[in-house]
Amino acid sequence: MKDNFKVFKKGMLDGIPISLGYFAVAFALGIEAKQAGLTAFEALLLAGTTNASAGGYAAFRIIGEGGSYILMAITQLVVNIRYLLMSAALSQKFAPKTSVFHRALVAFDITDEIFGISIAQSGYLNPFYNYGAMLVSIPGWAFGAFFGVIMGNVLPESVVTALSVALYGMFLAIIIPPARKDKIIGFLVVISMALSFVFEKLTFLGETVQSFKVIILTVLISLAAAIFFPKEDEENEA
Amino acid sequence: MKHNVYIYILVMAAVIYLIRLLPVTVIRKKITNKTLKSFLYYVPYVTLAVMTFPDIINATSYGWSGALALVIGAVLAYFNLGLFGVAVSSCLVVFISELIMKYLF
Repeated sequence: MKDNFKVFKKGMLDGIPISLGYFAVAFALGIEAKQAGLTAFEALLLAGTTNASAGGYAAFRIIGEGGSYILMAITQLVVNIRYLLMSAALSQKFAPKTSVFHRALVAFDITDEIFGISIAQSGYLNPFYNYGAMLVSIPGWAFGAFFGVIMGNVLPESVVTALSVALYGMFLAIIIPPARKDKIIGFLVVISMALSFVFEKLTFLGETVQSFKVIILTVLISLAAAIFFPKEDEENEA
Repeated sequence: MKHNVYIYILVMAAVIYLIRLLPVTVIRKKITNKTLKSFLYYVPYVTLAVMTFPDIINATSYGWSGALALVIGAVLAYFNLGLFGVAVSSCLVVFISELIMKYLF
């Protein structure tokens, strides 16, 4: 119990930079939401229940244009399909006896960032770590969108731009230290960034294929790595 | 036809939650297949790296300020500055370098 509380607090602490980054991203989303005709409360509700940036942008476009509910469902499935992989990876990070209840709660907020910090924890993942991070970061999303709607142009653009880099800084803090210890991960990080850059230049692939960039590259690179550098069996590598 | 915003939100939230919910609740056992295990082990690093670059240079007003944030962020992360430190430093690098750019040139 005491341990859970300590882990919860650590999650809250790690949730602070995420919350700041979310606020900036959601603020920008809020500006889109307003253009699509949503009220501040509707934007807050959408952001707080979905915690998805690309999904948010897509959603506001559909709502603004009056697209069908089916279109909304399919678009969200496509735009957010990478979470399927993250969720699968996270399934191996939990102790096998972790209950469905805890798994289902943690699943609500499998975002790029929360996933990143969860994977960075040593040993099995204690769900209370995620609860702490969620408590701090979800309001960042929700209120970012809320304030984006009501005061879209008050915050100077230079501040919004600077804050939007927070999330990438966090990704670096998650992937670089393991890359330093494990040469294969280091190699994969460099290759992934390089291929991501190259992929974006392949404009002939068209927008639809480009929108699948993250999942296409993740599957191809991780699969190649799994074949060429299978992970040696260790007791607690999870 | 007029659509209801709350139904849009419900549809969106339901689809996203199912995507996040299913694998983590359905896969309850340790995967023993070595290739699949290795695949899932590498996924996080690959996916976060793919999302970081070149997106970080597209997110800033000038590509080079994002590139500078990437380099400085990576160095600080290499020396284990931690999540918060690296995130805040990256923001400061972008804010300060773009301010200098704006007022000095």
